[in-house]
Order: sequence, then structure tokens, then C-alpha cells
Amino acid sequence: MLKIVLRRLLVAIPTLILVSLIVFSLQKLLPGDPLLTLAGEERDPQVLAFLREKYHLDDPFHIQYLAWLGNVLSGDFGHSLRTGVPVATLIAQKLPVTLQLALMAIVLALLIGIPAGVLSAVRKGTPTDYAANVVALSGVSIPNFWLGIILIMVVSVQWQLLPASGYVPPTENFLQSIRTMLMPSFVLATALAAYLMRHTRSAMLSVLSSDYIRTAKAKGLLPKAVVLKHALRNALMPIVTLTTLLFGELLAGAVLTEQVFTIPGFGKLIVDAVFTRDYAVVQGVVLCAAVGFIFMNLVADILYIVINPRLRHPQ
Amino acid sequence: MRTLLATLLTGTVLATSAAWAQDFRIGLQEDPDLLDPHRARTFVGRIVFTSLCDKLIDVDAKLNFVPELATEWAWSNDNRTLTFKLRQDALFHDGTPFNAEAAKANIERARTLPDSLRKSELASVESVEVVDEFTVALNLSKPDATLLAQLSDRAGMMLSPATFEAEVATNPICSGPYKFASRVQNDRIVLEKFAEHREAADYHFGRLIFQPIPDSTVRLANLRAGDIDMLERLNPSDAESVRNDDALQFMPVAGLGYQGITINTGDGEKADNPLGRDKRVRQALQLAIGRDVINQVVGQGLFEPAQQPFPKASPYNSPAFPVVQRDPEAAKALLAEAGVENVSFELSFGNNTTTQAINELIQAMAAEAGFNISLRPTEFAAMQQEMKSGNYQAAQIGWSGRVDPDGNLHQFVTCKGTLNDSKYCNPEVDRLLNDARVTPDVEKRQALYEEAQRILQDDLPIIYVYHQPWPFVLSSAVSGFTAYPDGMVRLKGVTLAR
Repeated sequence: MLKIVLRRLLVAIPTLILVSLIVFSLQKLLPGDPLLTLAGEERDPQVLAFLREKYHLDDPFHIQYLAWLGNVLSGDFGHSLRTGVPVATLIAQKLPVTLQLALMAIVLALLIGIPAGVLSAVRKGTPTDYAANVVALSGVSIPNFWLGIILIMVVSVQWQLLPASGYVPPTENFLQSIRTMLMPSFVLATALAAYLMRHTRSAMLSVLSSDYIRTAKAKGLLPKAVVLKHALRNALMPIVTLTTLLFGELLAGAVLTEQVFTIPGFGKLIVDAVFTRDYAVVQGVVLCAAVGFIFMNLVADILYIVINPRLRHPQ
Repeated sequence: MRTLLATLLTGTVLATSAAWAQDFRIGLQEDPDLLDPHRARTFVGRIVFTSLCDKLIDVDAKLNFVPELATEWAWSNDNRTLTFKLRQDALFHDGTPFNAEAAKANIERARTLPDSLRKSELASVESVEVVDEFTVALNLSKPDATLLAQLSDRAGMMLSPATFEAEVATNPICSGPYKFASRVQNDRIVLEKFAEHREAADYHFGRLIFQPIPDSTVRLANLRAGDIDMLERLNPSDAESVRNDDALQFMPVAGLGYQGITINTGDGEKADNPLGRDKRVRQALQLAIGRDVINQVVGQGLFEPAQQPFPKASPYNSPAFPVVQRDPEAAKALLAEAGVENVSFELSFGNNTTTQAINELIQAMAAEAGFNISLRPTEFAAMQQEMKSGNYQAAQIGWSGRVDPDGNLHQFVTCKGTLNDSKYCNPEVDRLLNDARVTPDVEKRQALYEEAQRILQDDLPIIYVYHQPWPFVLSSAVSGFTAYPDGMVRLKGVTLAR
């Protein structure tokens, strides 16, 4: 087990270097000069020259990259060009926000997706199955930002039930924090739940048609026990993969949802940073999101082993 | 009786302390940048500074200069020295007193900090002299008519000199009615009431919370839901519904800036086309565009048509240049005179729903006169760079505007102007605008600007389309607010009934 984890971690290092290199070069390919956005409307030539030198923007590409990499390895992610705040501080501020949003969204998605998937597999071909499919399809098809704005209009403006947008840290006011995050996490969960439901359904269908389920039924086990204990546990493998990957994706920030609900998480940070060409922030956040994604992959691998004993002793 | 009195008293105390602790929440369109007045560059940042940092002088709603940290000021006879008498009761948020030494230190910092964005604004200042404890004099290398206007904005904001070495950008210590409390980037900036401020009694909120909410629809929804108390820059498409909403107050004001079409008239490859070469073609384009149509259709009455770079409120806005009315036939005649019947060019713009609508309208109106415009929606930062390097034919872009007329014109049309993306160059215009810079006398200055405009309105390197509005929306519980043409949020005397 430890060996597997260690091996995975070693493989992660070249991946991270590759990711940072790709992001670094893509940023350089972006049209637009970061200095023009930094120097203000007036664009004073003296200031432009000073900033260009200060941020080494005239150095060759590889020098800039190696300087950045060296700083990162010594724990320095640099400062935001736009606000002067250290990138590490920004990440520390935004990571809990994005984590909370991702967790609430994934929990909601699991609560909706798995029961719906099981139900529609067990009642295959019935109106329940069709209804679940239609709902799932709409969940995937409705754009996040649209659903978000409609929810704000109805729930916050018309009914005045939940705050329209913003963020309250759970340490400051736990209940208010959950209330503010409820709509955005629901918006994210609709699409995720649909994926989960479809995968649960197909995994359950294939398990339910296998021999040992017929045997279990023949033994006279209660249908509930057959479905939940025997079928679902074996159908969980693809669902676990999907859930961890979806969660890893959420860690990179739910850009549109965060934008609509003005949640100060990774997504908003990175979009703003790209628009203002705030290179240091883009680099830092992407690296952090990549680490999160790789970590979630590792979690998936470990969960396989926990769920499926056959994987514990690889030949 | 005694109980009654006691109850009444307690009630009053409670009510006062409740009023003391009251929050006021303002929805901003963007997240401000560095909170260091000498290095800051954004418009929204200035909205925050208005409550945070006192300036030497301020402007009133009619753009006259009024005292703030300076009580009076005077020019020397040769217009080379500007002397300020300062208030004696101003304190910085760290408790240190404001005086002439502090004023000198701040102006020196703004002039010399390597990445100060105020350098060009204070370029005429040669030295700063402390005359006595509360008198400071600025010695200039040449007369500078724009200086007062600069000092009524960020260049005149005063930080506590004791904190220069600290992290000013993330913890600014000024002398305004509110002091910096905290900031979470992209989420909020919180200011707390500064109880020792000389006018503390006129500022009625315990805390100010500035919340960047970029989406205009969501910003308005927050106001309607009661999650914020006011917002800046309403999207014109929402104007109708706000006007009809009794729970909201709509307070639009024409700003200092403009939106217009900048045309590449330089000598580069992209300027080598009828539009760039021939002023008659540009005049025809102006005749083809209905500024009032844009105001009605896209602006919902908020986009006041502009013919000149100066706002209507400015004394430099000249009656000699009324707004040119749309006349497609006259435009066709001009094109025929120029020997071209169909003119094709590419019009770039920073992409959002409002600019998209405006430029499609321009495209359609100009087509009637024989212009074949292809629209090129671009991301803003990319467009800026293309314009700077001359890689564009025409671009719809704006300027947020300055109190002094120089700020709206000089850098855009003088041969070496840093913002002259049109690459327009006319020595006569240079001479007139340089003269206007060193002429403090309003009437003489007006004449110089009028003469310069006579040339520019004929050559048309920039076609001004409308004055940028600042549409504020407030909850009807707010009273005492006045919208200023500079778009700032001044909270003196503003109250909130809750």
C-alpha cells in the first residue's frame, strides 16, 4: 500500500513540472501586455520601463521560468501584480472557500445522484426510470450561470429566503455560511448529480444482470439487501472514480458559478488574474489546482483498494 | 416616572450605539487594485479612497475646487508657486498629526517612488517647501493649470509618513473619515469609522463594506434582495425596471469621461486606407452615426450624446461645437467628393453585451451611408496592446475622464502623447494644447481649447460618441446621497433607515 502511494507521488513530480511549463508558455502566448493593464489608464513610459525591469518581463523565456521555479521550490510563489498581496496568502484565502463549495456540491450530488441511479436501474423501463433520465439530462443541459441567475431572482429577490451572493466563512457564522453556499453548491450539484446518476444506473444494470445476484435472489434474500449490499457495493468502483475526478475538477474552481454568485474562490481568482495578466497568480493557482487533482487521483486509487480486496495484492 | 426616564435613556443609548454600529454596503463593478493612492490605477479604487484618504482639495458637484485638508490656496504672480494653507485639526489613522511636513513627504513620495503612477501628474513640481507648520508651497518648473485638478485626486491624497516603509498597498493609513480594517481579494474591503476624524459626526456608518460584484444583473439582484445598500454602474438595459421600482432610487449622472471611436490616422500599414488617410471619410462616418439613436436604443437615455471630449459640466465644453446630427445623404455626398463610394474597415471593441449592441448599431447606421464595417470584438487587454502598436484601423474605446480638460485631450492628440493611439500629429494642435497647459486664466484657456477643437473637429482622429454616465442605484432606505460627475461615492451626511 505504502509502496503504491510513494510510486504515485514520484510520478506526480514530472506531471507538475509539465503543467507549470505549459501554463507558463500559454500565458506568454496570450495577446496583451501585462504592463498595459498594470500601468493604469495613463501608461506613463517611465513607469512602464520600471515595471518591465522589476518583473523581469524582458528576460528570455527560460530564465523567467527557471527564476519562478526556483522561487516556488523555496516556498515563494511571488506577489500579485495587481494588488501586491503574496500569492501564497491568496491561495490560503481562497482554498478553504473552494474546498467548502466543492464539498457541499459533491455531497449534494451524491445524495441526489446515487439514489436516483439505483432507483432507475431497479425500476428499469418504468416511468420512474424515464423521469429520472429526463431530470438527469436537464441537469447536464441547463447552463450553470443561467440556473444560478434564475435561482437568485426567485429564491433571493422574490422569496428573500437565501442571500443572493457572496461568502461568509464558516468560522465566522456557520449557519450563514451554509445558507450562502446552498444555492451555488446546488447549481454545481445538478450537473454532477446527473453524471453520477447515469453512471450508477449503468453500473447497477450490469451488476444486477450477473449470476451471483440471481443466486442471491434465489436464496430468498430480501430485494433491499440484494440491491444495497450485493449489487451497489460492486457497482461502486466506477462511481468512486467519477466522484474523485469530479471533486478534483471542482478544486480548480467552478469559474462560472463563482462568477455568478461572486464567491471569492479559485475560479474567480484565476479568471480575474487572466484578464489582468497577473502571471504570478495564474501560475500559483494552476499549480495548486494541479496538486489537488493529482491528490484526488491518489485518493481514488486508495479507495479502490479499500473497496475491492482483490486489488490489495497485485501480482 | 424615574423608570420611564431610565427606559427612555437606555433606549436612546441603545439607538445611538445601534446607529454607530450600522454597516453600509456598496456593490462595485470590479475589485480595486493596490490600495496605495500613489500606485493605484483603477476607477473603483478611487471610490474606496474617497472614504479612506483625505486629499488636499476636493471638487463639488459642479467641478469647482473646494477645501479638504487645505483650507485655502493661492498662486504666485508668475504662476510658478502654489501655496496651500493646511487644516490644523487633521489626524492620520495611526494618531500622528497632519501638517506641512507630512504634505511635503507625500508629494515627494508621489513624485519619486519608482512605480508611482502619479509622476506624470506631478511632473511640473520642482520642489516642495515647508513654509511653516501648516503652510506648504509647491515650486513649479513652469506654470501648470492642471495641477489643482491633480491634487484633487490621488496625487493629493495624504498617507501617514510614519507608514511609508510598511506595506502601504495592503494596509493604507490615511486621514479620511474611515480607516482600513480588512480586505479579502475579490470579496470585500472593509473600512471602519475613524472616530477622531474632524467631521466624524457627519459620517453615520460604523463600517463600510465594498463588495465587488462584476455581473450587473447579480449586483442589482443583491440590491433588490437587501444584501447591499447601493451599487455603482447599473447596466443601461436594467434602467427601465429600476425606474419603475419603488424600493429603489435611481441616481444617474453624466460623468467626466466619454466613449468614442479612435481612428488610426498614422503612417503605418493599417492607417493606409481611405478612413485613415482622408478626413472627409471620417467626417462622413460621423454624419452616418446617430448619437441620439445610440442613446435611445442602447443607452436607455443614459448615454448623453458627446461631440467634445469635455463633459457638459465643464466650462471648457464649447457651445461652438453642437452635436452633429445624423445625415446619411450628406455622408454619401462627402464620400463621393472623396472619390470613394464604399469604404470598408475593421472596428475593434472590448467585448461585452453593451459594447456589442453599440457597435452593431454603428455598423448598421454606417452601412446606409456606404460604409462596410466588420466588427472585431476583442478582449480588452489584447485590444489595448494592438492599439498601442498601431495594429488596428478603428476602435471603439473610452476614457474615464478627468476634472481638468487637459486630462481628456492632451495625451490623446499631441504628437508625442503617451495615449495617442490614433498617431495623429499636428504641430498647431500641439502648440495650442501645450499653451493651454500653462495658462491658468480660464477665459484665455477656453479660447485655446476652442481653437484646438476647431482643428480636431475637422480632422476627427477621435469621434466622440457619448458621455460616460455613472448610474448609481440606492435602496430607498438611503437618504442624503448626491451623485457627483466624477463618479465617486461621498458619504458625508448620508443615512440609512433600517
